[in-house]
Amino acid sequence: MKTPEQRSADPATIEMLTKTACEGIQLAWDRQEAMEPQCGFGQLGICCRICKMGPCRIDPFGEGATEGICGATADIIAARNLARMIAGGASAHSDHGRDIAHTLLMATEAEHCDYQVKDPAKLNALAKELGVKADGRSQREVAHDVAEIAFGQFGQQHGEVIFAARAPADQRRRWREAGVMPRGVDREVVEIMHRTHMGVDNDPVNIMLQGVRAALADGWGGSMIATELSDVLFRTPQWVRSRANLGILDPAAVNIIVHGHEPTLSEMIVAASQDEDLLALAKSKGANGINLGGICCTANEILMRHGIPLAGNFLQQELAVATGVVDAMVVDVQCIFPALGKLTQKFHTKFISTSPKAKFPYAQHIEFQESKALEIAKKIVRTAVENFPNRKTPPRVPKDSSPLVAGFTAENIFTMLGGRYRPSYRPLNDAIISGRLRGVAGVVGCNNPRLRHDYGHLAMAKELLANDVLVAVTGCSAVADAKGGLLCPEAAEKYAGRGLREICEAVGIPPVLHLGSCVDISRILVVLSNVVAEGGLGESIADLPVAGAAPEWMSEKAVSIGFYVIASGVYTVLGESLPIQGAAKLTEFLCGGIEKMFGGKFAFEPDPVKAARLMIDHIDAKRAALHLGGPMYEVPYAPRMAEEAVAAAV
Amino acid sequence: MAKMIVVNEQRCLGCKTCVLECAMAHSDAKTLIEALNAASPPQPRVHVEPAGQFGIPIQCRHCEDAPCVMVCPTEAIHRPAEHSPVLIDPQRCIGCKFCLLVCPFGVIDLTRDGKATVKCDLCIERIQAGEQPACVAGCPTKALEFCEVDDWLRRRRRATAEKVAAAGDKAARIASEADNER
Repeated sequence: MKTPEQRSADPATIEMLTKTACEGIQLAWDRQEAMEPQCGFGQLGICCRICKMGPCRIDPFGEGATEGICGATADIIAARNLARMIAGGASAHSDHGRDIAHTLLMATEAEHCDYQVKDPAKLNALAKELGVKADGRSQREVAHDVAEIAFGQFGQQHGEVIFAARAPADQRRRWREAGVMPRGVDREVVEIMHRTHMGVDNDPVNIMLQGVRAALADGWGGSMIATELSDVLFRTPQWVRSRANLGILDPAAVNIIVHGHEPTLSEMIVAASQDEDLLALAKSKGANGINLGGICCTANEILMRHGIPLAGNFLQQELAVATGVVDAMVVDVQCIFPALGKLTQKFHTKFISTSPKAKFPYAQHIEFQESKALEIAKKIVRTAVENFPNRKTPPRVPKDSSPLVAGFTAENIFTMLGGRYRPSYRPLNDAIISGRLRGVAGVVGCNNPRLRHDYGHLAMAKELLANDVLVAVTGCSAVADAKGGLLCPEAAEKYAGRGLREICEAVGIPPVLHLGSCVDISRILVVLSNVVAEGGLGESIADLPVAGAAPEWMSEKAVSIGFYVIASGVYTVLGESLPIQGAAKLTEFLCGGIEKMFGGKFAFEPDPVKAARLMIDHIDAKRAALHLGGPMYEVPYAPRMAEEAVAAAV
Repeated sequence: MAKMIVVNEQRCLGCKTCVLECAMAHSDAKTLIEALNAASPPQPRVHVEPAGQFGIPIQCRHCEDAPCVMVCPTEAIHRPAEHSPVLIDPQRCIGCKFCLLVCPFGVIDLTRDGKATVKCDLCIERIQAGEQPACVAGCPTKALEFCEVDDWLRRRRRATAEKVAAAGDKAARIASEADNER
């Protein structure tokens, strides 16, 4: 068995793992070890269960079966499986986006609604972009038209997904030429499922191109709609201070964890937790208040809009329950362990499921309806408050929590570099051109018990910072960096190279910028498009000295993200390989040939420091291609010879 | 001549097909679905244990001078004939677990009810019918082989000989290059 220190790099997690070890509590890490050795066919992507002539699998050593019963090769099988992962991931993000669009639509149609447009400025900006007439019309009418257009994107059958127009012209040209410009969100997912049905598309590259199209419909469609309309409904985030890690749980207060993804629920829980009657009820039960904490992306949503602290990331969901002080674990959709059901039985914690789409063993189901949002949220909070006296185990809350600054967006983040009086991306572009900033990296994605928890995120970010690469984070990566102290301005002094430190100190920003939840990776796409539009750094995202990574990814959503990011022109390093290594030609395409089409490609590297250096090599190669000099100051990982870097890029 | 199960650990992908095949072969039903629904579900005699990047299928090695046979007080564990697999007679087993203690490989298991012991019997019925053990037959990457000990040894010796020959070639080449330089 691995030691707590081998399982995680996070002090609060190590403390909880040590405390729970002797009690026979089974956690994801234990279940992962029990699963070892994990099936190699699955890892290599060469097991096919699509039709019932099978299951089929290819012997990667060539002694046994070299093709499936239908004749599908390893490349065909792996491509079909991977495309279906994209379909799953794009569906999850897009269904989230659809729910937000539906809520906005409802807010504009219902007589009374707990949701209202909280950000009229963002609404007007969107209305202008989408060609909705705003002059002389009520906010409700404008919001209705915006919501209808967004809602329509999901079922759109032809044309182009509307936010794709935000991408640089050169990137759009690449998509059209490759025939992957997404027509509508749902259509592209359905087409994946059709093409990967037995006996349809049997060209691995052609299958992957449809995967790219669905992924783009996620990044520039479903996810972007989720981000934009969440901003309209719940306010565009602003810089906010808060704290992160299990130490934010307060043994003396009613603790409610919201875990999952959609802000429609968590926003209302925030409102209900501030309700006078419920606070009074909490007091009457002996609690000193109602303390809210988040896990996974819904945590990021309410952090950046309300400063609600982060309780932890994906692999800490069970540990939060094991503290014994969580009175309710409230969940909606995505990344929620079914194991929470059995675990909460050992504690007093109420496990409350809320989505009609996601029910769990041993959970109490209180169905959330947007039409009665606040009422139901109050009922959920009341359930938690009433559960406070039932605590049965002595509290064991780790002391760790780190300060953080979050809430950066495409609107506020880089304009900030220019100061309030001349908001513009110019200073960012100039910083890159001068070499004070070597480049920008997006580090995103999950935790994975196959890898040491949080270590990949932290080690990668630190290596990038030391080499003057500005880091943008979302999702569980953002939570990892928050806990590791990288999201506060003081981190610049400790971890950043000289050039990056000068920028952070001049502007007062942390060297790692929290851009929100996983659907908010769409914000990164907008930032990159704005940088291209600002000028001086090439014609498309593919020209920029930027790179992406998901050092601890595990979910299908991460696969979809990976694909829309590489198809948007960004070189992306994954900590876990995609399940394609048993398919040589497919691997060669996704880690090589695809770059010619879109400007981005995948690389796989489990060592986060080596992975960061691959990203830096790529950034240097892009700088060289733009005829920019090297970093302004000396850096620990010096650029390789320019020609060598360019050769590596080609 | 004696045959043994050989594990080519570089080939094992850890899919655990051998585990399923073994359990099925030792069920009354002999099909997966029926075995799953059987009143007493069948028990595999092979385990795939993780070791670094590899999975290693491990089952009874049928030791020639088997400690389990020696220690068994009721002669439940026995070798019916020379070169035959070591077998367990469940009717005689009293569940004392001494065999578990003395087995150097940890491949003797308790039955599900904990009252007797169970281990690989080299699929003796299948072998007598001219088939291979179920784990070997089921392995999709041929990581498991059932072969004559002599055969196996000869193959190992040949592989070694080839390596020696290659090394000799290389040594000669280096020597001649050195001569040329002089």
